[in-house]
Amino acid sequence: MSVLRIHDLKVEFPGRKSTFVAVHGVTLEVEAGKILGVVGESGAGKSTVGNAVIGLLQEPGRIGEGEVFLHGQRIDNLPDKQKRLLRGRRIGMIFQDPLTSLDPLQTIESQLTETIRIHLKLSASEASARAIELLDAVGIPDPDIRIKQYPHQFSGGMRQRVVIALALCAEPEVVIADEPTTALDVSIQAQILELMKKLCADRNVSMVVITHDMGVIADITDHVAVMYRGKLVEYGETDQVLGRPQHPYTQSLISAVPRPDIRVERFPMVDYIEEAGTPTKHIDIATHWLGKARAYDKPEGALVKIRDLSMRFVTRASIVPSKRRFLDAVKNVSFDIHEGETFGLVGESGSGKSTIARLITGLFHPTGGSIDFAGTELTSLTDRRQVLAMRRQMQMIFQDPYSSLNARMRVRSIIAEPIKFHRLAASNTEVRQIVDDLLDHVGLGIAAGDKFPHEFSGGQRQRISIARALATRPRFLICDEPTSALDVSIQAQILNLLKDLQEELGLTMLFISHDLAVIRQMCNRIGVMRHGELCEVADCDALFDNPQHPYTKQLLELMPSMELLSRANLQESGPTGAPPAP
Amino acid sequence: MRRLLQAMIVMLVVALLAFTLFRFVGDPINQMVGIETSIEEREALRERLGLNDPIPVQFARFIQSAVQFDFGTSYQFRQPVSDLFLKRIPATLELSFASAVFALVVGIPMGIYAGLNRESWVSKVFLSVSLVGISLPTFFIGILLIFFFSVNLQWLPSFGRGEVVEIGSWWTTGFLTASGLKALILPSITLGLYQMTLIMRLIRAEMLEVIRTDYIKFARARGLPDRLVHFRHALKNTLVPVITITGLQLGAIIAFATITETVFQWPGMGLMFLQAVQNVDIPIMSAYLLLTAFLFVSINFVVDILYFLIDPRLRIERA
Repeated sequence: MSVLRIHDLKVEFPGRKSTFVAVHGVTLEVEAGKILGVVGESGAGKSTVGNAVIGLLQEPGRIGEGEVFLHGQRIDNLPDKQKRLLRGRRIGMIFQDPLTSLDPLQTIESQLTETIRIHLKLSASEASARAIELLDAVGIPDPDIRIKQYPHQFSGGMRQRVVIALALCAEPEVVIADEPTTALDVSIQAQILELMKKLCADRNVSMVVITHDMGVIADITDHVAVMYRGKLVEYGETDQVLGRPQHPYTQSLISAVPRPDIRVERFPMVDYIEEAGTPTKHIDIATHWLGKARAYDKPEGALVKIRDLSMRFVTRASIVPSKRRFLDAVKNVSFDIHEGETFGLVGESGSGKSTIARLITGLFHPTGGSIDFAGTELTSLTDRRQVLAMRRQMQMIFQDPYSSLNARMRVRSIIAEPIKFHRLAASNTEVRQIVDDLLDHVGLGIAAGDKFPHEFSGGQRQRISIARALATRPRFLICDEPTSALDVSIQAQILNLLKDLQEELGLTMLFISHDLAVIRQMCNRIGVMRHGELCEVADCDALFDNPQHPYTKQLLELMPSMELLSRANLQESGPTGAPPAP
Repeated sequence: MRRLLQAMIVMLVVALLAFTLFRFVGDPINQMVGIETSIEEREALRERLGLNDPIPVQFARFIQSAVQFDFGTSYQFRQPVSDLFLKRIPATLELSFASAVFALVVGIPMGIYAGLNRESWVSKVFLSVSLVGISLPTFFIGILLIFFFSVNLQWLPSFGRGEVVEIGSWWTTGFLTASGLKALILPSITLGLYQMTLIMRLIRAEMLEVIRTDYIKFARARGLPDRLVHFRHALKNTLVPVITITGLQLGAIIAFATITETVFQWPGMGLMFLQAVQNVDIPIMSAYLLLTAFLFVSINFVVDILYFLIDPRLRIERA
């Protein structure tokens, strides 16, 4: 018998004019000690299913139809008070971001014991003994000391362990984990997934894992449900669904996941998504505006030469030198980026990869070392005109498409701004022409120019960012995690766009990502960073096939296995133009 | 430590201002003596008071006496300024205390309610009323209150402190007599209304913000009852900005009770200050300046310490 059964669930959000149905008739079951994965892209309604089960739908959402059963007992129509007693006691929940899930002003102990004592009749001392036991079970060292600490004294991974302990503290039968590892680094993600698997087995807890990450699904789930636009499109055993996907959406979703094992020339285009945009037309670089003024001198050797680059931040200032504290974000890093290649920097958060991007663009001034760009030493440039000329040649695309565009400016002005600033066009009519052309080129269409950024989705905004970066006719493009905020299918489009542009314009790129699979698809050569140091630089295939540095090996091992995502089938039944095997 | 140093610097700068006022706005000798005093006598007085000494020496002397709570002699009352202040301080402090309590006790629950029940009509009434409280000038509210409760209904007195009881050598209190308490009601509402609406709106805004955070969602998902979620988790997280504003407003209540004290003829420091301005009584003015600055600085200092008590994240950074 199943522990949790959702039957024909329909969740609706009544609005002023019409009712938005977020979930249409979803039927799912979880058995004891098993893990069910719910996968889908943003807006698929997967989190809404979780919230509906636990009774925490955001206002004004409500369950329109359907039933939810816990051990055969119907729970969706219980009165509020009983629903509350169910939460934590019989259904636990784990949220995405461990940094914000804990109350910053309360000790771990008080948060654990209050939850324990609400649900179980225990004395204060029994509750804290139980809390220490739990922390030990989720793998927190020295639990008796750490329990007295506040959340900010724990690292991200440790906090997620505390969150798991909190979700488990009253021994619930089902735990709903909403993107439990999305905010974590790969190595931490692997540990947390391992822990969740172990806890399920040891305590016979069932789990519903809601995620957008196929790797997580392949790694820990027994069953998987694929959701698209509020509907369940495919549901079955994980290896069945991932290995032999039946529904075209599942097929395109799987085909869009970047492959860590081999390099393909282009990502298969997912035709199941509406916002794919008009296909970009080919640019003839010889006649096009973007091709003008590109007659750069061929640099001697590499285009970018970085030697012994260091960056030290002051974390505590003091007049007394011995009291000062520093953080060495980048330590003696040296590498070259050759003209026309894509150089990848990969590493976990805090490894210093973004700092390097900022040092090259001049947003930070390095503490030591040199950056040579096409024969010009950037660190010693003082003349404002020269600095501007350099800045025009390199542009940056940032990670967060929501905060990197000025919300008060129309898209046209956003893209026109760098053209006007660098005086790259003779007249306003010409600027307008160029902007229209760029918009068309990144697949947004000319009409997009009159809109504001908030009218676009994440992927479309990232296209705007790309158009803006291209507007200065750069020769060097720095992409700092350009797709990590996007869904896989959108990611595939953006990465394809970047590849096309690079090919057509002969751009040199520095591509920064934490995602090894993406790096493999995009880069010619790769540098692996850890704690501000460059561990290894190698050609793409060499790095993946024969890693030298122990840290690289460790990173590669930690990648969620994608073996289940059999692509053999996709090539026959796959949507459009899956690539031939190399 | 650093905070203390900063506080000292602020006090010194204010002292310099007060000193400048004292020394350079008009000739102090002219203010002290009559028209018939001869030039020789004036010169002798000037010498005796040390007004011919170099300016830094005079400033040092000014600070020295100010630290000992000696601000010279009032021109109009011919009494030591410190004595005058001692007589007036209890009235102002009691009024400020009563209106701060009113602002907090009424404003915080209203803010919490309006934050939690955003859509209810009661919250909307609170918000509209508070808009009135913010936009009407203090004196007007005072006059309105007097008109209704003193003139029309004749429930409450319109001026003065009522009967007061003496405690110790100089403190007088209105808290212990019925007429004293009655007299306190209208002025403290008048003075506290603005702060109350401010606190209410601030708590409401902060509550709305905090309620949306993940840790509140997670607290609910753990099955904690609303009471715990709202008061232990949400309210405590709203407190840091609330304390900042409340602290500053408390200083403002004490320092700028002037208008309310005038409307209600409340015998406090504000009323005295106003009279001093009219009569160019510079020692009182500069003493008032110093006292107000001192209040602000010490309240700020207390607020900083409260931050550390509330937010453990700040404790670590300093340690």
